[in-house]
Formats: sequence, C-alpha cells, structure tokens
Amino acid sequence: MTEALQLVPKAQAAQSMKDFKSDQEVRWCPGCGDYAILAAVQGFMPELGLARENIVFVSGIGCSSRFPYYMNTYGMHSIHGRAPAIATGLASSRTDLSVWVVTGDGDALSIGGNHLIHALRRNVNLKILLFNNRIYGLTKGQYSPTSEVGKITKSTPMGSLDAPFNPVSLAIGAEATFVARTVDSDRKHLTEVLRQAADHPGTALVEIYQNCNIFNDGAFEVLKDKQQAEEAVIRLEHGRPIRFGADGAKGVVRDRETGDLKVVEVTPANEADVLVHDAHSASPTTAFALSRLADPDTLHHTPIGVLRSVRRPVYDTLMADQLDAAVERDGKGDLGALLAGSDTWTVIG
Amino acid sequence: MTSQVSSPSGQAHEARDAGVEAEDAGGGPAGDQRGIPGQHGVDKEVRRLDRVIIRFAGDSGDGMQLTGDRFTSETASFGNDLSTLPNFPAEIRAPAGTLPGVSSFQLHFADHDILTPGDAPNVLVAMNPAALRANIADVPPGGEIIVNTDEFAKRAMAKVGYAVSPLEDGSLEGYRVHPVPLTTLTIEALKDFGLSRKEAERSKNMFALGLLSWMYHRPTEGTENFLRAKFAKKPQIAEANVAAFRAGWNFGETTEEFAVSYEVGPAVTAFPAGTYRNISGNLALSYGLVAASQQSGLPLYLGSYPITPASDILHELSRHKNFGVRTFQAEDEIAGIGAALGAAFGGSLAVTTTSGPGVALKSETIGLAVSLELPLLVVDIQRGGPSTGLPTKTEQADLLQAMFGRNGEAPVPIVAPCTPADCFDAALEAARIALTYRTPVFLLSDGYLANGSEPWRIPETGELPELSVAFATGPNHTLADGSEVFWPYKRDPRTLARPWAVPGTPGLEHRIGGIEKQDGTGNISYDPANHDLMVRTRQAKVDGIEVPDVRVDDPDGARTLVLGWGSTYGPITAAVRRIRKEGGRIAQAHLRHLNPFPRNLGEVLGRYERVVVPEMNLGQLATLLRARYLVDARSHTQVNGMPFKAEQLATALKEAIDD
Repeated sequence: MTEALQLVPKAQAAQSMKDFKSDQEVRWCPGCGDYAILAAVQGFMPELGLARENIVFVSGIGCSSRFPYYMNTYGMHSIHGRAPAIATGLASSRTDLSVWVVTGDGDALSIGGNHLIHALRRNVNLKILLFNNRIYGLTKGQYSPTSEVGKITKSTPMGSLDAPFNPVSLAIGAEATFVARTVDSDRKHLTEVLRQAADHPGTALVEIYQNCNIFNDGAFEVLKDKQQAEEAVIRLEHGRPIRFGADGAKGVVRDRETGDLKVVEVTPANEADVLVHDAHSASPTTAFALSRLADPDTLHHTPIGVLRSVRRPVYDTLMADQLDAAVERDGKGDLGALLAGSDTWTVIG
Repeated sequence: MTSQVSSPSGQAHEARDAGVEAEDAGGGPAGDQRGIPGQHGVDKEVRRLDRVIIRFAGDSGDGMQLTGDRFTSETASFGNDLSTLPNFPAEIRAPAGTLPGVSSFQLHFADHDILTPGDAPNVLVAMNPAALRANIADVPPGGEIIVNTDEFAKRAMAKVGYAVSPLEDGSLEGYRVHPVPLTTLTIEALKDFGLSRKEAERSKNMFALGLLSWMYHRPTEGTENFLRAKFAKKPQIAEANVAAFRAGWNFGETTEEFAVSYEVGPAVTAFPAGTYRNISGNLALSYGLVAASQQSGLPLYLGSYPITPASDILHELSRHKNFGVRTFQAEDEIAGIGAALGAAFGGSLAVTTTSGPGVALKSETIGLAVSLELPLLVVDIQRGGPSTGLPTKTEQADLLQAMFGRNGEAPVPIVAPCTPADCFDAALEAARIALTYRTPVFLLSDGYLANGSEPWRIPETGELPELSVAFATGPNHTLADGSEVFWPYKRDPRTLARPWAVPGTPGLEHRIGGIEKQDGTGNISYDPANHDLMVRTRQAKVDGIEVPDVRVDDPDGARTLVLGWGSTYGPITAAVRRIRKEGGRIAQAHLRHLNPFPRNLGEVLGRYERVVVPEMNLGQLATLLRARYLVDARSHTQVNGMPFKAEQLATALKEAIDD
C-alpha cells in the first residue's frame, strides 16, 4: 500500500467496479465527458483496495459536482466553491479517511478560488479532481474562468474580455505539491494519473479536460483527434526526454538567452539539449514553464501527465502530531484542572 | 494562588492583615523597597466602603487593559464580587495622546453581590490629558481623580483642546483631584535598573496599579508573581515592573496627598459555598466548548477566521491540544465554517466562532448545515454594526440575522448567555441542542460579555451535563422486500433528529447534500409534496426542541414585566432592584432560548398589563414577540456600543410602570 493511504483501513474482500456504483440513476446529458471520468474512477477504485466506508467524495456545485451521488462511498454534495474547505475539515479531523474532491472550472477557480489555493498550499491530504470544460454548463452556457478570451456566450454576446486561468500554472503558483493534467477520453492516461495522485501524500490536483457536448462541444478536440493531437499534446513522463509530434520530431529545450522553455525541431545537433522531465524537482520553476507552453487559444503544446510531484509534510499529519506532542508535553487534558486554573478562592458556607 | 474568604484565618485576610501589620512594623508587602526617605510614619485614616467603581484610562499604549486586569485579579482573589468593562479603540495604537486613542478599564467591586460594571466611576485614573477629557463627564461631582501631571504639557493638552490646564483653571473644582507626577516618580524609582528613560517610563502603569492597590488594600502577591512569570525571559524588566508597582504602593503609604485608604470587605454572603475564580465571557465560552467535548466524548474541531471580538476563543482553544482540540485558522470566514461542517460530518463536535460580519459570510453554509442536519455550533460574539461597524463595542443587533439570515426556510436554534460566567453553561446548552437534534445552533454572545469578567463558581466535573451521542451503527429501515437498509433521513420520532452515520462505518455509506432530499432515503427529490413535508419537518424539529420554561421573578404581584435576553441581564436586574428598593413593583424575566422560545412564554406575557423589552438594538426581540404572541411589547433601546446603565434603565422602567 502506498504511503499516502497507510492510515486508511483496507477492504476485507476483493472489490470490483460494481461495488463503487451507487443505486442512483446518473443524470448527466447523454454524451457528457463526465460519464467517462465516472467510469474511470469507479474502475480504478478497487485497485486501491481501501475499505469503501473510509472513502469520501466531497463536491461543490456544478454538473461535475453531482459525482458523489453516483459513488457508493460516503459523500457530500455541498455548496458552490466550498468543497475544498469542507474536505479540509473532514480530512484534517479524520486521517483514517481517503478524501476526494470533485469540482469544476467555475466551482474551483471562480467562486471557490480562494479555498482551492489554500488547500494546495496547506497540503491537506485531498485528491482534487478538477473537471475543466471551459464553460458553465449547469447555468446553461456562460463563459468560465478558463474560457478563451473573446468567447461568445449568452452572457458575453460580443465576446468575453477576461484572460483565462491556466489551472496547472495556478496550482503550481499556489505551492501545490502534486499537479497533473489528463483528458476525459483517454481512460488509460486518466487512470495512470489517478494512480499517481492517490499515491501522493498531501493535496493532489488533477485537471481533467472534459467535454461539454451541449455548451462547448469539441473544446478539446485538438487534443483528442489523433492526427492533430500529435502536434498539440506533450505527454510528460518522469525521467523521459520531453518529445512529441510525429516520431518525436519535436522537443522542449531551454532557451539559453531567456531561461524559458521553447519547442524546437529535434535534430542530431540539439538532441542532447532536449529537456528530461523531472516531476520531482524541488523547484517548481521548470514545471511552471512547462505549463506555460500551452497556447490558451489553440491548446497547441498542451502538456499532459504529472507536471509536479514533490514531498512536503502533510497538514493533517502535522495537526495530529501537534496533538500528540501536546499530550506528551502537558499530559492528557484534565478538565477539572483546566476549569480550576491557578487563581482561585474558596467560599465556605 | 488559592485563598479563602469566609474564614478569619483565610489567606485573603492574611494578605490584607499582613499589609496592615507590616505597616506598623515598617515593613509591608512591598518589602525592603518600601518607603520614601523622610516620609515615614504618616498616620492614615482607613475608611470602610461597601463598593467602589474605578476607571483606569490612558493611551492605547499605556497598558490600561493590563492594569485593569491585574487590579481585577487582586480583587477577585480578595473575595469581592466584581464586574468589569474594558473599553478600547479598534486601532491597535491610535495616534498617541488623542481622544480616539483613549483606552479604559472600569471595575466595580463590592462586599455584596453586584450585577454591572457600574454606571459612573467613583475614581478616575487619568494617565494623560486625553484620558481626562474623554472620561471626566462620566465622573460624578465629588469623585476622586488621580492625574499623571507629567503628561499635562502644553502640546499634549492642546491636542485634545485644553487651551489652559484643567488642573489649574478651576474646572475640576468639585472633584477630589490628586495630581501625581506618575512618570517622574516611576523613572526615579527605576533609576538603578540601567533602563533607558523610555523603557523605565513604560512601567508607570504598574506604579499607578501599586498606588491604587494601596488605596484599596488589595493583595499584591498575585501581581508580583504575574509580572515575574510574564517577563520570565527578561528578569530585569520583571524586577523593574515589580519595583514600580511597589513604589506606587509606597507612594500612597507615605505621601500626604493620600490621607485616606479604603477597605471593601470580601463579599462573604454574596456567594454560595464553592471554589471561585474570575473569568471573562470568551474564556468561559472556550472552557464550555472543551467541557462539551469531554462530556460528549467527541473531539472538538474549531474552524475559524480571526475577528474582533471573537478571536480570543480561537487563541484559547488553540492552547488545549492536549484535550484533543483541533483548531483550524481558515483562509476566510466561509472556510472556517466549511471546515467545521466537514469535521461534523466526520463525527467531531464542530464549532465556528465569529462576529456579525462573519455570520453574514457563513450564512450559506449555515443553510447547508440546516439541510444536512449535522450538529454545528455557530458562535457569534456580536459587535456594533452594520458592516464593520464598531468592532470593539457591544451590541445585540444580530438576533434577527441569526433567526432569519438565510435563504429559504432555514430555522436555527438560538441560545444566549446572560453574564460572562454564564457563557460556560450556555456553550454546554448549545452543544446539547446541536447534538441531540442534529442541527446548527447559534450561540449569541456579545462584546460586553466577551471581554467583561466576574467571579465564577468552578463546577465539579461531575455536575456537568451528560452529552454522549450514539452514532448510527447499522441499518435502520426494512424495505418491502424484507431487506435491511440504512436511511440517512429516517428520523427519531421524539426529537425528529436524523441518524448521524460517520464515515468509516461499514454498510452505512450514503450521500447527503444541499439539494432537497426525499424523506427517509435522503435521495435527491424535486417532488413538490416532499419538499413541503421536508420544510415543515425541519421547522417542526426546531420548534420541538425541549427548553426549560422561562422563570419570572415577581415578588410583589407587579403589573409590568421587563423581559430581556443576553447580556442585558446585569443592568436589567440592577435596575429592577433599584425600583423595588424604592417600593416600585416590577416583574423580571430573562430569555436564554430565543429559538425556540420557552413553551410558557406566551402565557407569561399574557399575565402582565405591560411588557417592556430593553435591548441593545432597535427592538429585535420585541419584533419577534409582537409577531409571535400579538403582545404590545414596548421597546426600550440603546445602540451606543455600551451596556445599559442601571440608573437610566431604572428611570425608563419607572416611566413604563407609571404610564
């Protein structure tokens, strides 16, 4: 068992995907990318081998946030943007639980932006699945904080004005210890990223590009269409040179003048300069630079996989350790002594 | 330190007697530093008083709150009844010497039981011209004023609008003024300590404390111990402060300026037998929460964001990790309550602490807690509003916010403590309701209770209420096909509470959320009839909470009832005593439960011709009473950031009686 989950009790018997399906009818629009993610998560959970009753899914508001109803675990469908805060209270008070947060681009980055960044910097033991469809689905199609500039929607008939967030850049800037990106339709890649996220002690942020076929259909087509994806997607693997394109014709190198990263045609002359991905680098600088390669409009040069995975003490464990240290230092709390204090007087009847 | 107050051989008496005897022997509690050369042997008159109100006032940086706290501790350990009123600006260090920068601490102590910090000080200690100017109007003619003459320089006086010195222009005629060069005397007393002038000056509050301690025969040992503990890492500073404190005492002892000292005997008959301590509202509330955690067997989880005047609860609880208390300082008010609610889902006794502006931010989450039906304590230490309002002043204007400040029909029980010490019991009561009925509960304290203090009889742990909770452990419902299932919204028929099934319990996996739930199963339901049922059921659950009947104090068969809630208890009771002392007839009742109201309240209100409701708002309880009971409740309101003064309240109540 992984270190991240060592405090969580194990399942008594082998589990199957079926064990994780609740009895509730799934009510997303037909063709929604959420179905694929739900299936991938339900399919992956048995691999963890955790007691189902010690798993909790917490969500906010939005299409993705209906997720907990469909998982046969403990769950809470909370209020808009607050899932990371609620999950922080749960995880920090119960280190024996595996706590997952399901959220969307509006939930996590707009109304709940503050809670997301603080959960990340604290490194609470949460696995945050951020379904990014670059649109507001449940309110029927307004632009979101990840929509491209100039997005024409019901609320922006002349085009949206604000620059989008890059969730991966944001998470790295917020001191996240684990940041990854994957795509709803790539079950194998999605599952592998979930595996690494589950394995990570502390907060793991997984951005999942998810297609909303009603209000923003095809938003990630460039990353899914086999031919286009070759040029658009940069698959990151720890310890491997960062190459992509047909036959790995392109690579990422460091620009010697600016220190930034850039994409080049790989030649025998520059092959040795191609960056080797180091997800465990103590410094977030290169991971951040990688996240900036993606063009927010065309999605060209979008890195997927684990951008950053480093060790830092976990908030919940630190909190529990302080309680233990206090008992060791002061002894177990004695209520009578506490109430009496040190400055008293006695009235004799 | 422990002392006894009822026995003549008790330590408190010894401490005092030691002072008197030592006086004759030329020694005294101030030890070898006692006495200023050439001024020995002054015979001093000692007068006996039944009560005194002292106000210490100075610049925000002068340490007036500390001085007041120490005098209070000395007074508590001596066995007087007491009540305090700290009053300070929201700015940490307002511009020095200005009126807005004045910080004060009023203490009322007596040889009998008292209820308020007092309307008007008998003694004002003014550390600078601003303190004198800001407070002189409150001192009745004949009052004693001790002024630090060193600070009455032209510029300092001009800053607060004194063109000529009030010490010289005759404007203080009619008061008993004691001009004392406190700063000079302090510096002189500390000249052998090798401190800079500025460092030495800082101890002038301890000089003043020493002087007042002499004037009122306060025990000094506690303050000396306190100073040595506070400055344990800076022994030189500790000794300098002790020396300044003793110098102040000796100054009173030897100077002819102070011909009289006063004794206020212990309040022997005011208190039932027991062990007592002095306690502030926020400290009592913190202890109440720890006690509720112990009594329920649930770990305490506080999610909070710092806000005046509630932060002290966060500070206090964070010191008790050895009781299994987890404190989480969140990124904002919403996360504070969010984390608490998450912990409640996990089986903790969950609390969030805040003040009015924070409640506004937490409203949506409180609504979620109503819908999830999880226990959660929402502690609101009310302050002046609206918006940022008066952060350090008191008010009771969040009652309707607590009652109705959410979207939809979202009833939340409300409990309000009535004195600083009562915050302990009120916290336990709020926890009882939250745990029994699986609901968020408001605990409405306020700035006056939070920072004020009074003697508290320390309860034995065996006297505390039993709060143990049974989590759900297995299925609670049988389906038509005979299978056993767990229904998260199947209710206890008596309390209407739903089962509390915490994660980690096998077989009870379930999902809850803010969307309307089907009765019983808890599954999402948009069915109109079901929503109607659920809204009414949640209301019925809160309406059905068992609370004690309101008690009425009516010895004379009065026709007028005064009904209060929360921190107005002290001033109202003091006003009622005054009226009765003069032969007036008035009945008094005080509400601890604001939602639901006690069952007998309607009947009680109906018994009286007139019902007067004093509140530190514009009539919020009165509005509820009128709506609920169709009673012609009369409001008497005050929103000046300060508690009612007993005399003014008595006058208003007399007018109502005579009306």
